[in-house]
Amino acid sequence: MSLPPRKTLASPLDELHPNERLKHDSRYLRGTLEHGLADPVTGAIAADDTQLTKFFGIYMQDDREVREERRLAKLEPLYQFMVRVRLPGGVCTTAQWLALDAQARATANGTLRLTTRQTFQFHGVLKQHLRRHVQGIVAAGLDTIAACGDVNRNVICTANPLQSAAHAAATETAQRLGTHLLPRTGGYREVMLEQPAEVAATNEEPLYGPTYLPRKFKIAIAVPPQNDVDVYAHDLGFIAIVEAGRIVGYNVLVGGGMGMTHKVPATFPRLGSLAGFCRAEDVIAVAEHTMLIQRDYGDRGDRGHARFKYTIEDLGVDWFREEMAKRLGRPLEPARDFHFESSGDRYGWIEGEDGLWHYTLFIENGRVADTPGKTLMSGLREIATLHQGIFALTTNQNLIIAGVPAALRPRIDALLHQHGIENVASHTGLRRGSMACVAMPTCGLAMAESERYLPSLVDRIDDLVRAAGLQQQEISIRMTGCPNGCARPYLAEIALVGKAPGKYNLYLGASANGDRLNALHRENIDETQILDELRSLLPRFAQEREPGESFGDFVVRAKVVRAMLAGRDFQL
Amino acid sequence: MGSPLQSIPDAGSSATALWASAPFDAALAGEVQHLVGRLDVGQKLWLSGYLAGSLASAAPVAKPAVAGAARPLITIAYGSHSGNGEQLAQRIGQAANARGLSFVVMDMLDCRKNHLQEAKYLLVVVSTHGEGEPPDHAKPLYELMHSRKAPKLDQLQYSVLALGDSSYAMFCETGRRFDAQFEALGARRLHDRVECDVDFQTAADQWVEAVVEAIARENPENAGVTSPSLALARPSATIATAHTRKNPFHAPLLVNQRLTGRNSTKDVRHIELSIEGSGMHYEPGDALGVVPRNQDAEVAAVLESLPFAPELPVEVGAQSATLRDALTHQLDIGLLSRPVVERYAEATGNDALRQLTLAGREADLQRYLHGRHLIDLLREHAPAGLEASDLVKLLRPLAPRLYSIASSLRASPDEVHLTVSHVTYESLGRERAGVVSGALAQLDGDVTAPVYVQRNPAFHLPSSSDAPLIMIGPGTGVAPFRAFLAEREATGARGRNWLFFGDRSFWSDFLYQSEWLEWRKRGLLERIDVAFSRDGAEKIYVQHRIQQRGRELYAWLESGAHIYVCGDAQSMAPDVERALLAVVREHGARSTEQAEEYLLQLQRERRYQKDVY
Repeated sequence: MSLPPRKTLASPLDELHPNERLKHDSRYLRGTLEHGLADPVTGAIAADDTQLTKFFGIYMQDDREVREERRLAKLEPLYQFMVRVRLPGGVCTTAQWLALDAQARATANGTLRLTTRQTFQFHGVLKQHLRRHVQGIVAAGLDTIAACGDVNRNVICTANPLQSAAHAAATETAQRLGTHLLPRTGGYREVMLEQPAEVAATNEEPLYGPTYLPRKFKIAIAVPPQNDVDVYAHDLGFIAIVEAGRIVGYNVLVGGGMGMTHKVPATFPRLGSLAGFCRAEDVIAVAEHTMLIQRDYGDRGDRGHARFKYTIEDLGVDWFREEMAKRLGRPLEPARDFHFESSGDRYGWIEGEDGLWHYTLFIENGRVADTPGKTLMSGLREIATLHQGIFALTTNQNLIIAGVPAALRPRIDALLHQHGIENVASHTGLRRGSMACVAMPTCGLAMAESERYLPSLVDRIDDLVRAAGLQQQEISIRMTGCPNGCARPYLAEIALVGKAPGKYNLYLGASANGDRLNALHRENIDETQILDELRSLLPRFAQEREPGESFGDFVVRAKVVRAMLAGRDFQL
Repeated sequence: MGSPLQSIPDAGSSATALWASAPFDAALAGEVQHLVGRLDVGQKLWLSGYLAGSLASAAPVAKPAVAGAARPLITIAYGSHSGNGEQLAQRIGQAANARGLSFVVMDMLDCRKNHLQEAKYLLVVVSTHGEGEPPDHAKPLYELMHSRKAPKLDQLQYSVLALGDSSYAMFCETGRRFDAQFEALGARRLHDRVECDVDFQTAADQWVEAVVEAIARENPENAGVTSPSLALARPSATIATAHTRKNPFHAPLLVNQRLTGRNSTKDVRHIELSIEGSGMHYEPGDALGVVPRNQDAEVAAVLESLPFAPELPVEVGAQSATLRDALTHQLDIGLLSRPVVERYAEATGNDALRQLTLAGREADLQRYLHGRHLIDLLREHAPAGLEASDLVKLLRPLAPRLYSIASSLRASPDEVHLTVSHVTYESLGRERAGVVSGALAQLDGDVTAPVYVQRNPAFHLPSSSDAPLIMIGPGTGVAPFRAFLAEREATGARGRNWLFFGDRSFWSDFLYQSEWLEWRKRGLLERIDVAFSRDGAEKIYVQHRIQQRGRELYAWLESGAHIYVCGDAQSMAPDVERALLAVVREHGARSTEQAEEYLLQLQRERRYQKDVY
């Protein structure tokens, strides 16, 4: 087939995006970071190095609220770093939780943030504390490498390995994938961990090579009927096929992804295309080949067109199947049947197949902090001390206190109550299904508020929900401060994507189980207009819905928005 | 602008005779005349100030400049941190010149044993610092005179003008000791020592006239041999700063920007004033005097506690004013000092206060003075029997505040920038602010500040633009270094530059951080080392950084670097000096004594300059 012109690994370096040269010349991500960390005159590191530290899970940010004030005062921006942990499958021991909690209070802003990729983020780490911070995480048996950057990111998986044998196997697969696809550079150990330089191989990165991937690469594993991970939203999705309680293999989805740029139709969210089925024993090989296909064919000329979803969109799923068959030595098998019910979490106590109990705790926007009357951080610290077991993070920014013997439940309930953090029965289904990215004041990309704003907006929408008698109806609502999609907004029944301070695009009509994108309903509207829209739609939904019909399906059926069947149509 | 100009020789035909006797060969004289002819009045003013300044910073400044002249009759030696000592020394020179007496003006630092032995008349202007300490430049001479190497001075007649601040316990101590030691070494006192408080002008003027008159009477044969070159060079330095404390320029505010971040424990301001049209000129290193004015509320509080009408006329110095005006513009109504309490106790017959000022109760007095303003004294001890005229006599004059200028005229024409720490503190239940810093910090909108330039030739850039600079300026002491770097950038100076800065917090107190970073990026600032005392468990100050960078710092010194220190005189400057001594000892393999000599030699070469306060 004839390929559209694209710059790939095969093209001359100088014809590629400047980041390719930067990676190539960075001596496997070392850059001048050592020097920058030692420079006491600035809280920043060199601009080029900020691209490299991402590969180590570290983003340089600044407090945007004081940026102008400090500029006038002839002070540099208040630079600080976001540090993201690599936590495949989202599982940590309660001992690790305690270590991260202590680290947040010692060298970050005193809070933990649970992310949509099932891991921890620290904010407000100052340059002088950066190494100590990362080393503290490593001392707890975790690391931060490849939590960002043009590499395979944290591999996510349907939450809680203790739920069933299949969940355990899926989590273990996520962890094996994470390890297998790790960057191997000694730069991380030398610069961040201050370990002695190793004897460097000629090619320190046998999988990635010196220019790594064209862009980030994300893998998710879902265990049906739960689609908490939004398995269609990732570069590579695996849907576990469970027979007699065992995972026999995985359906393979390729080319999903969320990010886009407002008003640029060539950019769009895309759901993964079903490419076939692989046996459980082949899952590592299939993942590696998929990533290397993207390494070799991904567009390295335009970072806005570099994600695997555009490679698949441009070259086609059939092309991918052929390429995979060549590399794997045999074709993928035909996809098997599966069924998803919901992309949300199941809150409260659930009994696992081995008789242990699991409590899914709603954490608004994933922010673990103490607030007046609601001492979440302290409470979880006490629970982690009491319960020597596992905390499982969900990809909806929630937390599962996992593997609790029945006898311990009352004491955990008491602590949840004592700290004012138990799931509130009066929470609406809308609030339980709410999710927001971090945005202001630290994220450099944010165009509008998100995490700090969504709770109060939900308060107002809740009035409409209650008035319509929909308080028990699960409705997903997601907000992001920019169109890049950290909270997977294009898979929410109601999505608000920032355009400018106080202004959002309103998208409606995604399915409740994550297999259909939403569509633009209103552009660039403020809170009053958002509430006006929902004030007319929610009562209509309450009155006109069919049995079991979700809000997302209703607005499509009622032709409030069109059914978004292909990502390429999203901005057309 | 009329009168000062008249003392500048006209470059036209009427000056031909003058040029004939000028110390230039004919070709050079022609070039200079041609050049001067192209200048307008303002440019001439500026140039005359510039030349005077560069003369003053070349060591030693000796006169007469006429080649082959005999040893001058009068030796004028000054030692002070501020420019006041030098300014007064120049005033003596003018007075001597007016009477045709030859003289030489020298910084005490350059005054060696042979100068003392050869001098006939020695006039000393010296200030006192801290707890009775001599200023840095006076120390070598002071130590010489108190050592076994001290010369016999039977041939010498002398007089001492002592500068001080009566709010310190050891008021004018250095002047007293010099006076006593000259006498002890056999010299004859020409005129009694005069001690000046912060408002030194009147007392100093009287002393200058008296001593010069006395010398003129003893030397009638010298009168009339005025050298034109003498009449030219010096007065022009004063002309360049035609605006004075008494005649300040009302400079419009351009910018009042807080420099410290929102979490800072300090309020440091960047103030920009316009001097457009003022004819004012300054060099990097010079200071800006700001004429003070007490806050209306503070004045009102004092007036309320007094039984006098605010509009009552009073005499302050030789001028009459209303009591309100005198308290607002002329008298210090802030922190109390020993003489004020003494005089108040006397005037009001207050025995309790008088007891407090007795010998042996120094600690009690200091405790009492701490944080107390005039208003507190008036409220605690009613002014029984006090007349308004007594009150204005017992108060000290309101002193102007000098700020190191933070800008370069070449980089920011028509502007002068200051770095002002706005100090507020609570004492006896009330919020207090520095008189001048408070007023500057509150400047807002379409207002002016009364200012004048105070030259500080002992703190100027090296004449060579290739000389490396090491600048040590923690806190607001960094101000002149912003001027130095701006100047070096504007003039394309190629010398390497190294800055040491320190303050409390990196995040909120790093004054002018983005400018240093920009200058570092452009290569102008080759090195910058910083110390922040409250960021870590250990308190780190600039002196620690100096020692840590000792090897390289010593190498810079050996390659001809000039060191400048600006800021706190109480602890920073001595700590920095100790660190520099340690660096020279360690990296120059010298004994302590040799290291001290090394630094002294740097001072004599004007390669180690301080502006500390």
